[in-house]
Amino acid sequence: MAALSHSFVAKDLLAAEPAPAAEHGPIGWARHHLFGSVPQVLLTLFGAWLLYATIPPLVRFFITDAVWTGDSRAACVPASPDQVVGACWPFIAAKFNQLVYGFYPEAERWRVNLAYLLGAVLLVPLLIPALPGKRLNALLFFGAYPVVAFVLLTGGNLDLRHSLLGYLGLSAPFDALGQAFGVRAAFWADYVLSAVVVAAVAALIARMVAGAGAEKGAAKTALTVFAALGLVLLAVDIDFGLPSVETRLWGGLLVTLVIAVTGITVSLPFGILLALGRRSELPLVKISSILFIEFWRGVPLITVLFFATYMLPLFLPGRLTIDGLLRALVGVALFASAYMAEVVRGGLQAIPKGQYEGAMALGLNSGLMMRLVVLPQALKLVIPGIVNTFIGLFKDTTLVLIVSIFDFLGSLRAAFTDPNWATPTTLFTGFGFAGLVYFLFCFGMSRYSMALEKRLDVGRRH
Amino acid sequence: MSQDPIIAKTEAEAPKTAIEMVGVNKWYGDFHVLRDVNLAVERGERIVICGPSGSGKSTLIRCINRLEEHQKGRIIVDGVELTNDLKRIDEVRREVGMCFQHFNLFPHLTILENCTLAPMWVRKMPKKEAEELAMHFLTKVKIPNQASKYPGQLSGGQQQRVAIARALCMRPRIMLFDEPTSALDPEMVKEVLDTMVSLAHDGMTMLCVTHEMGFARQVANRVIFMDAGQIIEMNEPEAFFSNPQHERTRLFLSQILH
Repeated sequence: MAALSHSFVAKDLLAAEPAPAAEHGPIGWARHHLFGSVPQVLLTLFGAWLLYATIPPLVRFFITDAVWTGDSRAACVPASPDQVVGACWPFIAAKFNQLVYGFYPEAERWRVNLAYLLGAVLLVPLLIPALPGKRLNALLFFGAYPVVAFVLLTGGNLDLRHSLLGYLGLSAPFDALGQAFGVRAAFWADYVLSAVVVAAVAALIARMVAGAGAEKGAAKTALTVFAALGLVLLAVDIDFGLPSVETRLWGGLLVTLVIAVTGITVSLPFGILLALGRRSELPLVKISSILFIEFWRGVPLITVLFFATYMLPLFLPGRLTIDGLLRALVGVALFASAYMAEVVRGGLQAIPKGQYEGAMALGLNSGLMMRLVVLPQALKLVIPGIVNTFIGLFKDTTLVLIVSIFDFLGSLRAAFTDPNWATPTTLFTGFGFAGLVYFLFCFGMSRYSMALEKRLDVGRRH
Repeated sequence: MSQDPIIAKTEAEAPKTAIEMVGVNKWYGDFHVLRDVNLAVERGERIVICGPSGSGKSTLIRCINRLEEHQKGRIIVDGVELTNDLKRIDEVRREVGMCFQHFNLFPHLTILENCTLAPMWVRKMPKKEAEELAMHFLTKVKIPNQASKYPGQLSGGQQQRVAIARALCMRPRIMLFDEPTSALDPEMVKEVLDTMVSLAHDGMTMLCVTHEMGFARQVANRVIFMDAGQIIEMNEPEAFFSNPQHERTRLFLSQILH
């Protein structure tokens, strides 16, 4: 007992020492992660067996036993009953154009390629954080690219006849005017006059609501909106000499990408607005947001597409027809927005009240507070959920098949019916290829989102 | 200690009466949290508010920049009366800085960005000027070398000093402190209090909810004791601590001063 004492004073601080050898290095790692306990050993063995049972057969079918060359089914049919034949890649090669372009006329396919190329050239620098000029890049991608792509893919040269006054039946005096470069003077006279009328009305309302002095701002805003819209309309109205390609000829990857990209770029901003609306203190805004979200979330996408394609025309006035692909696009975009809204709302709810108070106490108004303080943090929190929705949306595009739009998977299934390529392995090859293509897109999004999360994960939350 | 030129200039331009509260009442639902509060704060005054938890002291100062809405009575800040008019509320908030118990720094922005955000977006200050101003105040709170870090990388005391600098960057005429040291480790209380003392020497008008009685003795012009939503006693610190009049005040002081 003599050595034990209740008082103790440290003489010097102890230096740090390296951990025991068995704790690190490959052996330490295996001990901790593979063979730590009996259940762990069993799981390790089961995992190894699972890999052994799946990987080699897949490699055999898709690579070693696969047929790589040939120009008809003959190449892929086993010559003798005991010959093993794997994937029939010549089938994919033969149908490749159909899978990428659908029935888009062959002579015009350069337009699709150009649209792909432009999209990639604008999108890639936007996704790489280190590159400069993000503002201009975003403006080009979100502002100019949709218009350019629209003109390229459809051919543009829309037949614009009436603006606001025309629909009110007041455009008769312009109808005598002629047209040039596919542009009707009557429409543009009507458009400019409509802009002036709307600006005047806006100014009048602003003056009555907000008092004298407010009318200038209102008129300016109205005219700016009309000018921007006018530029877009002019772009799609001018005849660039491109033959028109109807959307029912579109197909394959083109349709998949058009639907997915539109859905993704529309659903995020729209979803944010809906999420903010749902948390609004104004009852009318709140109720309409809730109704919208719950309605679109409560209906299956197939129903939405079916309704948009077959029922909507029955309710629209006779002369008004909307393009089939556009209807599907709108349906998918609204559907995705509702899901996105709930994801974003989850992020908004995770932001502590103190952040709002900190922002308010600095004099930030509610718009700035949302934009600069709340949304950047909320969106960062829900990146996994947002990308989850994007990936779900990307795969949901395959549902447009039921309204006779042939997306990538639809084109593939159409290709299966070709008797020239009817072999025992055509189906597996096709679905294997489709799986690979969808996987590459979805996995790409997933990896990008993880990189983004890592980059935005600055400091710990307080 | 020489005065901070920016703070001195801002205070000199402000009206004589900083805050006037007349018959202010507030309810949370049916709970009467502020009962007939009357208070006038002169330009450059330092006021410390203390009282038991739930006595309404935080609510009182949060009414001054309208983080809480009062239902009865008048609150006039810098000559602007607080009503439901959003423009006026923003106007008042621009002139009133606030520091919170939990700092409420923006974790996604660097220290410098935290400080320049409001000057750039609310005061429309050019970025360069806002950064110079931010560095001026970060130097004042003695952490200029942390400017490019994120709040999560700083200690509690440093974060609270950044919060003070962030509020000062809006060049406020009044500073509100809502228990600025009660979430801090004991070792860090002093660095924050020192910053607040130096701010008091600059002539800043300050309202401070705190239980740091040493701070109250050192810088306060008046100490207010609140209980059950009303002002029970208000006096100069010397008289308040040595000779409290109300029985409730005596009880409270005997419990917090050992």
